[in-house]
Amino acid sequence: MDVAKLQRQHVDLTHALFKEGFLDDQFTQLQQLQDSTNPDFVAEVVALFFEDTDRLLSELTRALEQDPVDYKKVDAYVHQFKGSSSSIGAHRVKVVCITFRTCCDEGNRQGCWQALQQVKHEFILIKSRLEVLLQLEQQILAAGGEIPFME
Amino acid sequence: MVNKSTRIQKLKGGLPTEALAKVESGDGSRIHVLAVDDNSVDRKFIEKLLKISCYKVTTVDSASRALEILGLIEGTPPLAPNAFKINLIITDYCMPGMTGYDLLKTVKECSSLKEIPVVIMSSENVPNRIKTCLAEGAEEFLLKPVQIADVKRLEGHVRDRKP
Repeated sequence: MDVAKLQRQHVDLTHALFKEGFLDDQFTQLQQLQDSTNPDFVAEVVALFFEDTDRLLSELTRALEQDPVDYKKVDAYVHQFKGSSSSIGAHRVKVVCITFRTCCDEGNRQGCWQALQQVKHEFILIKSRLEVLLQLEQQILAAGGEIPFME
Repeated sequence: MVNKSTRIQKLKGGLPTEALAKVESGDGSRIHVLAVDDNSVDRKFIEKLLKISCYKVTTVDSASRALEILGLIEGTPPLAPNAFKINLIITDYCMPGMTGYDLLKTVKECSSLKEIPVVIMSSENVPNRIKTCLAEGAEEFLLKPVQIADVKRLEGHVRDRKP
């Protein structure tokens, strides 16, 4: 495949992800940490984020199904989730986590459920987009090109 | 070995050999940082920031594991205080069980380890929390996500200690 075309797709996709608020500057920080000694760094961190999130979402669902709800426990999970989404630059996920924590503080069960659905939705969106982005990077590298950096 | 049995309990099973094997050893000329964070994404991130800044890095996922590495908790095999020559500890504040603050306090209360500079990281900007940590002897309080410039600056804390 044409390397230049792949690189253009990468630039366009990255640009869109930032414009639509899916990613923020922290993601750029991650990309800048990737080098020849650790060329899969971003992919590895993203994989950890996916794994961590799957686990946290299960725990959150389970915790909110309890009666009564242990809001401290729920908040602790959301705090974790907010932390990792923040570290990876998953902006929209992080924003929902902030709302989620407010619902926990208020002991708002309905609000928590809604926030959980929202955060699951946002995660699905960012996950599919990151998978496409990382796949493009693999293709670019396989074709002998370099991954274009966002300024 | 410090014996503060009221605060420090023996961990069941001791430090697994794989964890010990991951502790970096070597020439001793690079600054050896012990990074403590229960979040796997953050742990990978801080490890990378530290490595890129040319520190030797050991990462653990809990304060209790950190105390094992430091030789403050009896593990298998038992370690002398600071056998791995840790020059600086960087720890997350919010961790289940023992917090980063508890770890800071424990290190500062130990005569053989209190000179090791401790830096706290937190995703939450809580002035009282920051004040308490600094009062307890933390060198610095970093807001997450930590930036590369913050990490590069850490060696200043280690240099300050050298006679």
